[in-house]
Amino acid sequence: MSRPRYKLVVDPIACDGAGVCAELLPEMISLDPWGFPIIHGAEVPPGLVDLARRATVSCPRLALTLVRIES
Amino acid sequence: MSAPVGPTRLLDTTGGPDVVGLDAHLQRWGPLPSAGSKALLDAVGRSGLRGHGGAWFPVGTKWRAVAGSGRSRPVVVANGAEGEPASGKDRYLLHHSPHLVLDGATTAARAVGADHVVVHLTAEAAAGVRAALDERARRGIDGCSFEIVVAPDRFLAGQESAAVATVNGKSPGIPTFVGIRTVREHGVAGRPTLVQNVETLAHAALIARFGPDWFRSVGTAESPGTALLTVTGRWDAPRIVEVPLGTTLGQALGIDAGTARGIQGVLLGGYGGGWLPTATALAMPFAEETARAHGTSVGAGVVVLLPTGVCPLAEVARVVRYMEGEGAGQCGPCVNGLDVLATSLEHLAYRPRSLRGGVAALPTLCGLVEGRGACHHPDGVARFVRTAVDVFADHAGLHLSRGPCQTTRPFLAVPTTPVARAR
Repeated sequence: MSRPRYKLVVDPIACDGAGVCAELLPEMISLDPWGFPIIHGAEVPPGLVDLARRATVSCPRLALTLVRIES
Repeated sequence: MSAPVGPTRLLDTTGGPDVVGLDAHLQRWGPLPSAGSKALLDAVGRSGLRGHGGAWFPVGTKWRAVAGSGRSRPVVVANGAEGEPASGKDRYLLHHSPHLVLDGATTAARAVGADHVVVHLTAEAAAGVRAALDERARRGIDGCSFEIVVAPDRFLAGQESAAVATVNGKSPGIPTFVGIRTVREHGVAGRPTLVQNVETLAHAALIARFGPDWFRSVGTAESPGTALLTVTGRWDAPRIVEVPLGTTLGQALGIDAGTARGIQGVLLGGYGGGWLPTATALAMPFAEETARAHGTSVGAGVVVLLPTGVCPLAEVARVVRYMEGEGAGQCGPCVNGLDVLATSLEHLAYRPRSLRGGVAALPTLCGLVEGRGACHHPDGVARFVRTAVDVFADHAGLHLSRGPCQTTRPFLAVPTTPVARAR
């Protein structure tokens, strides 16, 4: 049984550009000129999974989701 | 009934009636054979049929996914919403040969285990399909129920999740976020849903009759069969043409690629497609795999030959402003990015020296919207702009050095009626 792998998915309809995610996870998320998140990297590095989870629950619109990558 | 031999499959070009009624339809094609789900999934899979709504996704893969996706009975949506202003092939097919489409819909329903089909179409196609459904009901030839849903008149109406939203009666024509759960799993009334373009279904109806080997006897290995194109700029008015995939556009349209005159560039795939230099477009085997290798897509079969005397940059700006207005207004990057893109293109077209960052700013802006919407609307606009910047680079250079074109005329079809927006 290998360790589960995750990716971050933004629901762009729910997202209103609050920017909390980029503050909490600057390693993976930057903001575009209008304040909307850009996710960097197709997979969350294992060491960042806990921080990524914290970013998802801190989003005021719950627009950020940690999704398990099916292998 | 013997299989047709010529390249024309969906259209009757032998001078028959404009609308093929049920009797004429059955006379030409014979009744649908009564194959079961497994045989149909196998035949469509082996045929290599791909989706003609624009995505060219393998149909067999999609049908299998819906057939095996859930505990509740799936629903089939026959999608003829065709919101693309430069496309007319779906409404023509529904008008000309509704029974071929409806045969395809019942074939799909049988294959995926659905007992209900929603025909999702434009207002103008509804009466003809209603009459065709009445004819079929009188004969009792279908094993499933049918329903007609008229799509709102907007660009995104035919997008898969937008079509499902319309059928479900909420925010008609507005895409939803399907990043976590797709409409294949959770669509119409929460059921597994197959949304399939009407032309694709018509091809499936012929595969059910004549088999995968017959289907593959024309076309390319990756894109077998024929395709319906909506061609603008070749004749006085746009025309629907059926071509074997892999034929060059030059052959299909009777234009010699080497001596073509009066065409500035060719748009493939519509306003979410891309531009090609005229010689490339005419000489290229017309198929999705070749179009993608050239940085564009054949999309839903839109072909526009842009004539000389029209400023391509003014046309590109006009289309992108239209596409900006046709956005659903839901996703920040698309709402903001398409507006800035349209404004920048308007600068390039009419006030080129005030374009900040020059032409190089345009691909950068495209990069800011790509992959960042709930649907592919921004991605399509970005491709339209990126390819225009390449193909019309010399023209853009003239605008920057000598100023904008003094005369032009609108050429590309852009509806002028403002459409109600969600935002």
